[in-house]
Amino acid sequence: MNINRRRILILLPAAAIAWKSVLAGTPEESPNYKMSDHWWSMLIDIPKCIGCGNCVRACAAENDVPDGNFRTWVERYHVSDENMTEPEVISPDGGKEGFPVATADAAKYFFVPKMCNHCADSPCTQVCPVGATFISPDGVVLVDQKYCLGCAYCVQACPYGCRYIHPEKKVADKCTLCYHRITKGLTTACCEACPTGARQLADLKDPKDPIHEFLKTHSVQILKPQMATGAKVFYNDLDGSVR
Amino acid sequence: MSFFKDAGHLFRFAGLFVLAFLVFLVVRHFVVPKSFGEYGHYRGASIGEIAAHPIKFAGHQTCEGCHVDVLDVKSKGKHAHVNCEACHGPQVKHATADDPSTVKPVLPDTAVLCARCHTASAAKPKGFPQVDPADHSNGMPCDTCHKPHSPGMDAGGAK
Repeated sequence: MNINRRRILILLPAAAIAWKSVLAGTPEESPNYKMSDHWWSMLIDIPKCIGCGNCVRACAAENDVPDGNFRTWVERYHVSDENMTEPEVISPDGGKEGFPVATADAAKYFFVPKMCNHCADSPCTQVCPVGATFISPDGVVLVDQKYCLGCAYCVQACPYGCRYIHPEKKVADKCTLCYHRITKGLTTACCEACPTGARQLADLKDPKDPIHEFLKTHSVQILKPQMATGAKVFYNDLDGSVR
Repeated sequence: MSFFKDAGHLFRFAGLFVLAFLVFLVVRHFVVPKSFGEYGHYRGASIGEIAAHPIKFAGHQTCEGCHVDVLDVKSKGKHAHVNCEACHGPQVKHATADDPSTVKPVLPDTAVLCARCHTASAAKPKGFPQVDPADHSNGMPCDTCHKPHSPGMDAGGAK
């Protein structure tokens, strides 16, 4: 072929487009997964949590969460009768290595595992100036780390403190609800590792999911309902002092 | 014609405007990723990229495919609902190896492992079985008496 200036000018843009699609890569296919068939959520059964920290360790192992940052963590509440609005809350290293032994006293103790609430009306996705974080069609709040600038607007916007800036990548990072697992029919790493079944992944669009029966028959709450975030992490038997 | 007599500079300006718009369209075509806006104000392809992250926990269904003998023992005991990798850790390398026996999982130390869940603490739910390890076994490893897959004392030393 005889390459002259005119040909080069025509070929260059075509080559650029081709190279761009090579760089983007082909997403791995999950053949039987249809996003429109799912609406993911999580059920956390407070009376079942023993504060072992298995979920925190499993999450860190599955998702390469940097030390000192947490996609999920466990808090221990100590609430006395005299001061119910100001509970003593501890979470040493996110509960990764468990908790110090507590001795019985007049106050009550319980554990609260926390994580991204995958809000249906999430404040964090609304503030992103570049469209790098979003709610996927199946209800999971995700971060496009190739697009994120690391401005940390979303970190401030999350009322639950569930986001952080990755210390090496310098972009926003958070719980993906183990999106790479749930789209392949597996449960999340934290649910897989929980020894007492205190965490259960739930699909609100699946009529056969046991969550529907559970929500009907239990006293279930979400965190900070007054903020109207549409949180989808449901807590069974949540104490009023939890924030 | 007299109306357009001195309007030449307006046409040149309008031409410049159209040209700038065309340049904008071309630049936009190359700068904005192809899948942007596919589902919303974000790059649709990023969903597939996140879904392609590597898996570390194989899932108990995968383990149970081969370790049927353990499943038999475990499903009858108190730990029936504790998943394999809750104690054994992430095992996808073992599960996906051509010959799984070449990637041997490290056997957990029962003295550390059992205590994580079963050390007595007033913070734990009352019904959950808990002991003070020093007082309970005097430093002996738990698996001297309890078999982790079916920890009840009446389990008769099953594996």
